[in-house]
Amino acid sequence: MKKKIILYFVLIIFLIIFLVPVYVLMVTSLKGFEEVSLASMWNLPKGLNFQSFISAFDKLKGNFLNSLYLTIPATVISALLGSWNGYILSKWKFRGSDIIFTLILFGMFIPYQSILIPLVLVLRSIGLYGSIPGLIVTHVIYGIPIVTLIFRNYYAGVQDEIVEASKIDGSNIFGTYFHIMLRIAIPAFVVAIVWQFTSIWNEYLFAYVLTHNPRVQPITVALANLAGSEYVEWNVQMAGALIITIPPLLIYIFLGRYFIKGLLAGSVKG
Amino acid sequence: MKQSRKERTIVILTITPSVVAVGVFVYGFIAWSIRVSLSDWIGIRPDYTFAGLKNFISLFKSVRFLIDIYNNIFFTILFLAICVGGGLFLAILLDQFIKGEGIFRTVYLFPLAISPVVSAVVWKWIFSPKVGVNVLLTNLLSKIGIERTVEFGWYTSTASFGPFNIALIPIIIAASWGFVGYVMAMYLAALRGIPAELKEAARVDGASEFKIYMKVILPLLKPITLSALIILGHISLKMFDLVYVMTGRGPGFVTDFPSIFMYETTFAANKFSQGAAISLVMLLMVAVVIIPYLTMSLRRET
Repeated sequence: MKKKIILYFVLIIFLIIFLVPVYVLMVTSLKGFEEVSLASMWNLPKGLNFQSFISAFDKLKGNFLNSLYLTIPATVISALLGSWNGYILSKWKFRGSDIIFTLILFGMFIPYQSILIPLVLVLRSIGLYGSIPGLIVTHVIYGIPIVTLIFRNYYAGVQDEIVEASKIDGSNIFGTYFHIMLRIAIPAFVVAIVWQFTSIWNEYLFAYVLTHNPRVQPITVALANLAGSEYVEWNVQMAGALIITIPPLLIYIFLGRYFIKGLLAGSVKG
Repeated sequence: MKQSRKERTIVILTITPSVVAVGVFVYGFIAWSIRVSLSDWIGIRPDYTFAGLKNFISLFKSVRFLIDIYNNIFFTILFLAICVGGGLFLAILLDQFIKGEGIFRTVYLFPLAISPVVSAVVWKWIFSPKVGVNVLLTNLLSKIGIERTVEFGWYTSTASFGPFNIALIPIIIAASWGFVGYVMAMYLAALRGIPAELKEAARVDGASEFKIYMKVILPLLKPITLSALIILGHISLKMFDLVYVMTGRGPGFVTDFPSIFMYETTFAANKFSQGAAISLVMLLMVAVVIIPYLTMSLRRET
């Protein structure tokens, strides 16, 4: 019994430490402009004041939409691509397919700085630099390794006999994919979609380097700009930070199990 | 599985777009960056005049890059120690099958769903010398009757411990906050995979709970520790968003990283050839960690 109490005590201490940033976000963003003073910095707000949310939303709403326009198509395309690649690389192996898989996988570990200069040059030359479609292409391509990994690991757990049986029933390679694999792969789709949505929504480097016009910038870049500005009050920055966090947090709350699966897939072994 | 010639053709044709995309955008672009790093390209207009290893030599002579490497090493050591130690600790606590486990797990893991830009904004406030922790400490002191204003410099501090900058500590805390849960999840998944009989057997032999963990469980977790070290290590070597938004390079480069140096050299100063050189040193550092890991985990699989 005493052991249990100590255990809970320690777990709760950690819980509080982990929640400090959440407290700061909430408390600061819910204060009015006149209430933000040094002395009361850490205190709870006197009442709920949504001034800073209105002000932050006004500054960020365009960027919020940009992030949706970017994230949704990029996520869908990547998941579809991954499901096909994973199917082929697990159920239709050919000579060299494992090596190809390894080479693809390496792409998710590289520091993107090492491809950034050519990426900018190529996007510029095909007219996609500084646009949302340019960012979509970028995220889809550099997302290939992780989505392929997620689906390949998933299909590896599906017995080969299912593919054989479907072949005997007269299905070809596409038939098996559309009638069988796509249906049983729904959990893998959820993992891939949750993972890609969250990472693309939260991503900063590509967004920052590839877009300069505030009207096409995703929300992470807009928030970083707010935070870098001397003229934007803390409470507006915090309100903005909370606004950005809403979509990934909703996903995490409702689909957390799948999010963790994607996370663990990232450490290669499925 | 036996494949007909027609099937083989379909397989090859449909996998080609992805293979070509990765081939060009990863391997082709790396080769291109290498070419840029060996050139004299300064300014907006591309200039591929061959310049040999000049950019790499000047890089290793530059004071800023030396500071960046030290910063990165210091950051990596502490970040790994906190995440692996903390992650293991929390995983063992949560492995005791307690009520409300789900709530604890959810809270410890949620920072992973949050953008590094958001963490940067919050932690910047917490460790800002003007607001945040300093104010909290000052208020606490005055409550117990000591009237003194706490004025730690935190991430603006230029104090150092040998070659290691104290200013990095707030960033290490922010980064660890984000990743402790990840390591915890890895360990917890592994702990749950250990057959209960193993623990039972040790218990029957009269081993204490502590001893069971030290002698039976921990050795089984070694591969997870290795994975965690490699995954976090490579993340820390390429860390950009969190640091860049939270502090930038800092006064006298106290919080500078190779990734920030690369960005500023390339896209602010237009010294493309030097920026490419920095990015390739980063790639090399990551490759040294990742390539053995990748070949190892795939060999194990086949």
